[in-house]
Amino acid sequence: MRKKKLVAALLAASMVAGLMVGCGSEGGSTEKDDSSKKEDKADKADKDEAKDDEKDEEKDDAEDKSDDSADAGDGSVYFLNFKPEVSETWENIAKMYTDETGVPVKVVTAASGMYEQTLKSEIAKKDAPTLFQINGPVGYQNWKDYCLDLSGTDLYSWLSDKSLAISSGDGVYGIPYVVEGYGIIYNEEIMEKYFALDGAKATSMAEINNFDKLKEVVEDMTAKKGDLGIDGVFASTSFSPGEDWRWQTHLMNVPIYYEYKDAGVQDESEITFSYNPNFKNIFDLYINNSCTEPAMLGSKTVEDSMSEFALGKVAMVQNGNWGWGQVSGVEGNTVKEDKVKFLPIYTGVSGEEKQGLCTGTENFFCVNAESSEADQKATIAFVEWLFNSDAGKNAVTNDLGFIAPFTTFGEGEGPTDPLAKEVTRYLSDSSLTSVSWNFTTFPSQTFKDNYGYALLDYATGQKDWDTVVSETIEDWKTEKAAIAE
Amino acid sequence: MQKAYKKYFPLFVLPTLIAFIMFFCVPFVLGIILSFCKFTTVTNAHFVGVENYIKAFSNKDFLNALWFTTKFTVVSVVTVNVIAFSFAYALTRGIKGTSIFRTVFFMPNLIGGIVLGYIWQLMINAVLAHFNVTITTDPKYGFWGLIILTNWQMVGYMMIIYIAGIQNIPTELIEAAKIDGASKAQALFKVTVPMVMSSITICLFLTLTNSFKLFDQNLALTAGLPSRKTAMLALDIYTTFYNRNGWEGVGQAKAVIFFAIVGLISLTQLYFTRNKEVES
Repeated sequence: MRKKKLVAALLAASMVAGLMVGCGSEGGSTEKDDSSKKEDKADKADKDEAKDDEKDEEKDDAEDKSDDSADAGDGSVYFLNFKPEVSETWENIAKMYTDETGVPVKVVTAASGMYEQTLKSEIAKKDAPTLFQINGPVGYQNWKDYCLDLSGTDLYSWLSDKSLAISSGDGVYGIPYVVEGYGIIYNEEIMEKYFALDGAKATSMAEINNFDKLKEVVEDMTAKKGDLGIDGVFASTSFSPGEDWRWQTHLMNVPIYYEYKDAGVQDESEITFSYNPNFKNIFDLYINNSCTEPAMLGSKTVEDSMSEFALGKVAMVQNGNWGWGQVSGVEGNTVKEDKVKFLPIYTGVSGEEKQGLCTGTENFFCVNAESSEADQKATIAFVEWLFNSDAGKNAVTNDLGFIAPFTTFGEGEGPTDPLAKEVTRYLSDSSLTSVSWNFTTFPSQTFKDNYGYALLDYATGQKDWDTVVSETIEDWKTEKAAIAE
Repeated sequence: MQKAYKKYFPLFVLPTLIAFIMFFCVPFVLGIILSFCKFTTVTNAHFVGVENYIKAFSNKDFLNALWFTTKFTVVSVVTVNVIAFSFAYALTRGIKGTSIFRTVFFMPNLIGGIVLGYIWQLMINAVLAHFNVTITTDPKYGFWGLIILTNWQMVGYMMIIYIAGIQNIPTELIEAAKIDGASKAQALFKVTVPMVMSSITICLFLTLTNSFKLFDQNLALTAGLPSRKTAMLALDIYTTFYNRNGWEGVGQAKAVIFFAIVGLISLTQLYFTRNKEVES
């Protein structure tokens, strides 16, 4: 009996002790910074690596706050970053801004492909992001309750092309902060080798300005791939789970762009997919002249494709200017920096000789309409500093490597990597028309996924093209209807 | 003494009760309420009635996933338990190196599902490459890939439970059976199996619910490819919730249905196998 009592007492004691420890640590942090504590706890799971830096930062922030609170009820900035590859850069920028102005800036980065999920949970919290991003009109539909009207800001007035912004009625709710471009990246060295061969179908890249010529050249190159020392003309058309966005999103943009253009609209609740033969043209060319057999595409990733290109095994790969990092980062890569160039995606549409790269953005800054006014002001000030001050502009171009769509950036203030330079070159060529990014109006991720699945089935010969087309049209309709509700 | 316990009962139960209410009851009730709402974030929900449930049941992907999950669960419950029991039976015979085998078989259970999924995807693709197909070519590859993966991962754990059960059988029972002239097979099915019925209950319960709820392995191995034909319920709920704009409520409704199914099946199973348990 005595023993039992002792055990019970011990258990009770340890339980109480446990409670006290729990309370103690919480109490401690409450004193420091109440709001950041909650954030910190929730983020712990997914943001393990950034944790340490963040803690330090937050300590700084807390100190700053107490300093500032004397002169004004200054707000703070909380930015939920979309691009994991530049998360450290954003944190440095935040630190820089805090050092300069004393306004605390907190940066949290969502894991790759998890932005919507992270935003959904973060924005429901008391200390919600003041600055976040949406991916276009569809994203705006989903987040419109949280988007502040930015039409009166300097930031909007600096925008070089006002039509890029997301507006609804008189209000402007999303402002693009980076322009990107994609097309067919080619290795000029291999192309020159081909042009030097006897019986080459073209003598320079300038001749390839439509689909027919491209097809002729590509098929001839495939026939002579032994002489050229390549495994195929195009890199693998990657279809591993989650690796099919270059086709279901980016390539699909081209036929949709022409469809919208013909109809003179920006968005459609139902598509006719009338340019589907053009999509099939280029898609067939990709899969039939690739280094990988169509049946094996289901196991390939974007990284596989980019390294095939980097190692000189293939001459072309469809991707955007962000792909340079992947190419240059491959161990033993053989492509030379000045030999990496862009070719527009030709699909056999009449008049495509004048077509440029697909340029646009799916990164729009939004200011949280639900945050306090002080926070909103601080957030706008931060963004304006970023795109107008010398330090901010320098960070944007050189550290983040962004092509910023603002008039505050003068000549020569663009990033220096070869693909970004190519994008700028195409943009400044007034004889060419860029293909805008209409995939931001694609109804949902599910639509894109379904289309990607259908394309894979088509590539492996399990679905005929007509079925793919009719399913896609049907799917667009259902998914669009779901958002409209 | 009893009185003292009674007196302090509320005090000691309180912390756990609060935690239980905060972290289980509240989210659970909130989840059920949300399944009747249309929402983007939990704070801007508005009531829409049973519309989400109608949508969920008329959703082809959901029914597909339900059927695929059922097939998968039936096959994996049988294979995992048969294999685990055979291993346990073999490893209680006193073969040399028993403990090494036990450790080796248990190890896969310590590896996370996502990692396992990717590793097996690579291995299966490497094998299938000889036949010029990949795991995403046909749903049957994905199905058997998942079965192999699940077996590889769960067999070890179930084996440990069966071993414990077999070791708990009093040796005199087996001896008595032998003396009475029972063959090895008879001793196994008439004595050993009934005696480990409680282990069978727990193993069936674990495999049944784990197979039904399988998510990480599914996501990493095939992510539903080709064309969502290998997507299981949990993955389907996830993609509905996060990848379809305006479908969050439907995803939530699917999750509630999912909960009801898992609960119903496991309770039924517990009821039936419990009845078969015997006392030695």
